[in-house]
Amino acid sequence: MTTETPTASVPTAKANIPNINRPLPVKPAAPAVNRIGLAKPDYNGNESTLCNGCGHDSISAQIISAMYELGVNPNTMIKLSGIGCSSKSPAYFMNRSFGINTLHGRMPSIATGALITNHTLQGIGVSGDGDTGSIGFGQYKHLLRRNLRMIYIIENNGVYGLTKGQFSATSDQGAVLRHAGRNDYMPIDMCLEAIISGCGFVARSFSGNAKQVVSLLKMAYAHRGTAVLDIISPCVTFNNKEDSTKSYDWGRTHDERINDFGFVPNFEEITIDDFQENEDKIVTMHDGSKIVLNKVSAGHDPTDVNAAIRLCMDAREQKRFITGLIYVNPNSPSLAELEEVNNDVPLAHIPNEQLRPSKASLDKLIAGWK
Amino acid sequence: MSTVTEVTPPAQAETSGTEAGRAAIINDFSIVACTKNGSGSQTANLTILRSFFKMGIPVVGKNLFPSNIQGRPTWYTIRASKDGYVARTDAAEITISMNPEGAQDDYNKTAPGGVFIYSETGDRDSVKVDMHRKDLSHYPLPVKKIADPLEKDAKLRTYGRNMAYVGALSWLIGIDRAVIEAALRYHFKGKDKPVQSNMAIVNAAYNWVSQNWTKTDPFQVEKMNATEGLIVLDGNTAGALGAIYGGVNFVAWYPITPATSLADALGDYLPILRKSPDGKPTYSVIQSEDELAAAGMIIGAGWAGARSMTSTSGPGISLMSEFTGYAYFAEIPCVIWDVTRMGPSTGLPTRVSQGDVLKAYYLGHGDTKNICLLPSSVYECFEMGWKAQDVAEKFQTPVFVLSDLDIGMNNWMSKPFDYPETPLERGKVLTEADLERLKGFARYRDVDGDGIGYRTLPGNKHPFSAYFTRGSGHNETASLTEKSPEWVANMNRLSRKFESARTHLAEICAPVVDEVEGAEIAIISFGSTDPAIAEARSRLTKEGYKISYLRIKALPLANEIKDFVAKHKHVHVIEMNHDAQMLQLLRLHMPDMATKLHACNLCDGLPLTAKWVSQAILSK
Repeated sequence: MTTETPTASVPTAKANIPNINRPLPVKPAAPAVNRIGLAKPDYNGNESTLCNGCGHDSISAQIISAMYELGVNPNTMIKLSGIGCSSKSPAYFMNRSFGINTLHGRMPSIATGALITNHTLQGIGVSGDGDTGSIGFGQYKHLLRRNLRMIYIIENNGVYGLTKGQFSATSDQGAVLRHAGRNDYMPIDMCLEAIISGCGFVARSFSGNAKQVVSLLKMAYAHRGTAVLDIISPCVTFNNKEDSTKSYDWGRTHDERINDFGFVPNFEEITIDDFQENEDKIVTMHDGSKIVLNKVSAGHDPTDVNAAIRLCMDAREQKRFITGLIYVNPNSPSLAELEEVNNDVPLAHIPNEQLRPSKASLDKLIAGWK
Repeated sequence: MSTVTEVTPPAQAETSGTEAGRAAIINDFSIVACTKNGSGSQTANLTILRSFFKMGIPVVGKNLFPSNIQGRPTWYTIRASKDGYVARTDAAEITISMNPEGAQDDYNKTAPGGVFIYSETGDRDSVKVDMHRKDLSHYPLPVKKIADPLEKDAKLRTYGRNMAYVGALSWLIGIDRAVIEAALRYHFKGKDKPVQSNMAIVNAAYNWVSQNWTKTDPFQVEKMNATEGLIVLDGNTAGALGAIYGGVNFVAWYPITPATSLADALGDYLPILRKSPDGKPTYSVIQSEDELAAAGMIIGAGWAGARSMTSTSGPGISLMSEFTGYAYFAEIPCVIWDVTRMGPSTGLPTRVSQGDVLKAYYLGHGDTKNICLLPSSVYECFEMGWKAQDVAEKFQTPVFVLSDLDIGMNNWMSKPFDYPETPLERGKVLTEADLERLKGFARYRDVDGDGIGYRTLPGNKHPFSAYFTRGSGHNETASLTEKSPEWVANMNRLSRKFESARTHLAEICAPVVDEVEGAEIAIISFGSTDPAIAEARSRLTKEGYKISYLRIKALPLANEIKDFVAKHKHVHVIEMNHDAQMLQLLRLHMPDMATKLHACNLCDGLPLTAKWVSQAILSK
């Protein structure tokens, strides 16, 4: 994995490590610029055209915060999406990044082509439950199998919004909607599907939990391969009834955090204040960033794949809304590494003289066919 | 295949040698080897083909294979032609029957006065047919008795048995065994062991037939000097190499006959030809989960600034429809090779067709017209392989190359490929320095009047570089718009771009025109119909007919085609599809001359023959 060279000096101040169980350190006065010298508005996008109160807009705001705080260079980040309400949102954050609003369910293949031919770019993709769980399910699974390095956000509201309220692949079994009627089918669990497809970073969160979303985004950014964030993001217009597991009420009352964690990005030193011996477990990401997991406060160990699968199965069975880091394996090589295109010069920028073999090489081939 | 009642009489003997009272027929006949799928007959057949080529005799090899893997009949036809004709013929003069299944049909189809060599093994592999024809010369060949003792490995015996007919044929028609050995050496890339084991069988068969057969047929080969400097290759390999010399650096593909061997050739040659100075690959090849994903991947790569391509056939083209339309409107370069075949689904997937012309040209939704290049030969597969990459980036759009199964999978003689004469054309791409100078840019603005905008590539570090890519609803600055005039303006600009492409293609892929003084009749065609048309015209010219010929090499159609049509009274549009698809495009291109253009099409799954072409034209 390649990270961009910071263009401004790295501040020595300790990072703000979100940890819901510990008192947060007193925040210093908001800096005017981040470590690469950009102000937060440099990460803004266009004004949203989504409904007032849409969960997706909160997620866009958290993306802006996370990328600003990490000091990501917007020029080396690409925003991708499929089709749907969620997929409109890349226009609402980081205008200085290239964006591509692709076809319904086909973001993974576009992402694969773009990021394999330029592995120095960081990809952030925004999809929805219809875009990923229905029409794009095949591409989702194959993306994970290949472990393309990118953040893959599913803004999951259990309903089709742009087409006015049809059931999606993650709709609750037995749910009743005004036009769509009753849904008799089992919902697809995006996290479970990700784990069994070999994904090395699987998290679930709630758009109403800004702090958790921001820290998961930062961790996802540090991941070597595809990082899946299944973020329950209520649709205020079509699926926000209190008995819906994708509603604000449900999220607020059922949010069950399976682990506490802090995150120390690779440009900061981990200090004694960041973790407590005997209580914390440190997962070192491929880029040197560290996830500090509190072993005591919660039972789930996200480095245990079987535990992660069992947790998802139990949560589905018991209708528990679990949030946090479900599974992490920082070791699987990314697609660019497997394809050996992770060189200094990305494929897309290889100079012409290296793209066309010599005339002598053609003459040699021709002599061989005579 | 045509039935026996349609066959042409054997060519007139012209030379001195005679056998059994018949004039010798030298270097002017076809051989069909009927074998079992998966029995390794390819080595035997390619050895015969290569031997003729090495003897200087013009030759072509065609594999006619049903969609099976093992055991079922498969046919390989080799045509030797002193006149240089390389089209399919209606019937082969020499039938080599190694598979009992379907043998009677193969027997019946043998050209009048021909040869029937058949496997006689005394068991269930023996060819048993009613050999009622008095005009044929019959030769039994005990392939097991000859070959099996020489092959210790039982698993390799079926392969060895096919080499027995090579040895038998070398005696029968006079192929020098030193030439066969040289051909085997070529086939096995100089490896001694397989050359020697195969030659042992060739020699054993030669010796056996020399003692047991009496030649009663007139067919012979003699050395010529008509293949000097030429190469033998298949179109898919040529296309892959063209793409490599065109600088392709990203390939995504999904297996499909008859396009798979193009991707295979990329996989074979890229590692040899394309390493950076420090030994790293300058390319990536990904086998995708389906053709949808293959299209998405190459478009993602094209958007990022890579030279990308895929190879597929009809069903894959259907799946790429939505993405092609997307790339057309988002203006993202990529190259799609469509090695065309019969469609849809299964049934005739291994048979040739030119049935994707209209589909590829109009692929997408919402008023799309795509650039298509139309190679007719192995040479042009190479040429269009690199040109397609240039055209795609110049016009920032998907470019199709419509090859077909016949060109792509069969072995053809070709003049050696010419090294690309022009540097890589990367199109209008703005760098950081350009943006600094220009203080910004508008992605879809027609700055130069040719309809082609300037683009930036993701990763460009200039703060003004980024833009947002969408399918529809963008204005000049790539901002979202639903204002009608802005979209109308965009569509008009796309039309200007398309006309620029028409002009450019008329230069780099100009129609090939052979205008005959005083001709009233003309042929327009494209692609793999060329050899049959060339042979038909040659024969008809000898009979006194005057026929002009224009071969289209690209869509959109060049304007000069109108001038050609205007000069002739009747223009026959020859193509291998049922709905006369190219004819439809030509009539739209010149509605005032539509009635001069006549459909002359056949869609039977087989390459055209010169005889069909001649009859089709003369019957109009």
